[in-house]
Amino acid sequence: MQLRLASVAMLAALAWPAAAPAADYTIDSKGAHASINFRVKHLGFSWLTGRFDTFTGTFSYDAKAPEAAKVSVEIDTASVSSNHAERDKHLRDADFLDVAKFPKATFVSKKVEPAGDGKAKVTGDLTLRGVTKEIVLDAEYIGGGADPWGGNRVGFAGTASLPLADFGITFNLGPASKEVELTLNVEGVENK
Amino acid sequence: MQIRDTIGGYGLASRLMHWLMAIAIVATFGLGLWMVGLDYYSPYYHAAPELHKSVGILLLIALVVRFAWRLANVRPDDDDLSPLERTAARVVHWGFYPLLLALMVSGYLISTADGRPIDVFGLFEVPSPGENKGLEDAAGAIHAWLSYVVIAVAAVHAAAALKHHVIDRGRSLSRMWSGPRSN
Repeated sequence: MQLRLASVAMLAALAWPAAAPAADYTIDSKGAHASINFRVKHLGFSWLTGRFDTFTGTFSYDAKAPEAAKVSVEIDTASVSSNHAERDKHLRDADFLDVAKFPKATFVSKKVEPAGDGKAKVTGDLTLRGVTKEIVLDAEYIGGGADPWGGNRVGFAGTASLPLADFGITFNLGPASKEVELTLNVEGVENK
Repeated sequence: MQIRDTIGGYGLASRLMHWLMAIAIVATFGLGLWMVGLDYYSPYYHAAPELHKSVGILLLIALVVRFAWRLANVRPDDDDLSPLERTAARVVHWGFYPLLLALMVSGYLISTADGRPIDVFGLFEVPSPGENKGLEDAAGAIHAWLSYVVIAVAAVHAAAALKHHVIDRGRSLSRMWSGPRSN
């Protein structure tokens, strides 16, 4: 009987291997399995894309209680890159990110509302250019489980659309370019 | 027409380079100050930096030619200056070369930090020395500061030349304009 119970438990474990317990994760910026990208319309004609190359972050996640998840990310604003040195220099100066004055941008979640199907609304405070505003990220669970190297990982993608003027960026890029779309791709490695 | 410099004064080549470069340097400084404040929808938003970079590269070439010409020519005498004035004048004259060289090279390094070349009036391209991530920031800060230093030194140089011309009744300004009197 005891043997049978043990087999059932083992079977259960095999059947739901992805249902990892609550754990804390560190975003894998070291291995660059994470990226923070943005895009802004150029003249209304095309998408100009860029990214922040340097950032760190952590999150906690429990597959059985996704609403209890927490995430916090800190971005080095000077690491902005749009694949064009002259533009990147401009993006770092006072017209845009003003990185000398505001070297860090942060996002700290306050509330996670699961919307089913691996999706959730993540409400949190984004501090950018010295302005802290509540934003909502549309987040999606991408996958998770044991990695081939002895650790556990779980990854998400999140997007948000922000009016640049909300964060004091009022440089005139034209009527079609007043919003920036942020995309975060994060893979966390479970802390040991 | 005296092309080369003599003990008595500056030849045509030196005078042309002096005044053309003086005009181009001051104009490029003004253009630089103006262009960084342009609205994105200004018709000059791209044209102004293109002109600034093109003239800057031509100035860099002119600077090298001028330095070589200086070394290859006899230096006109400055006997009518007091010892202090002479030292000051020489420091400023020779100081312009490294200052301008650093100013122009730092500008070149901003635009080429991502590996892109600089196009000079659509005539030729100066290639990047290689992609150097983030160099545009340091190069930009140096470029901005040096531009003010160069203009400040140029103002001192012009004020000293005027003082020498008007107050001391010296001949250095007129011989930079009309060449050696002996010819």
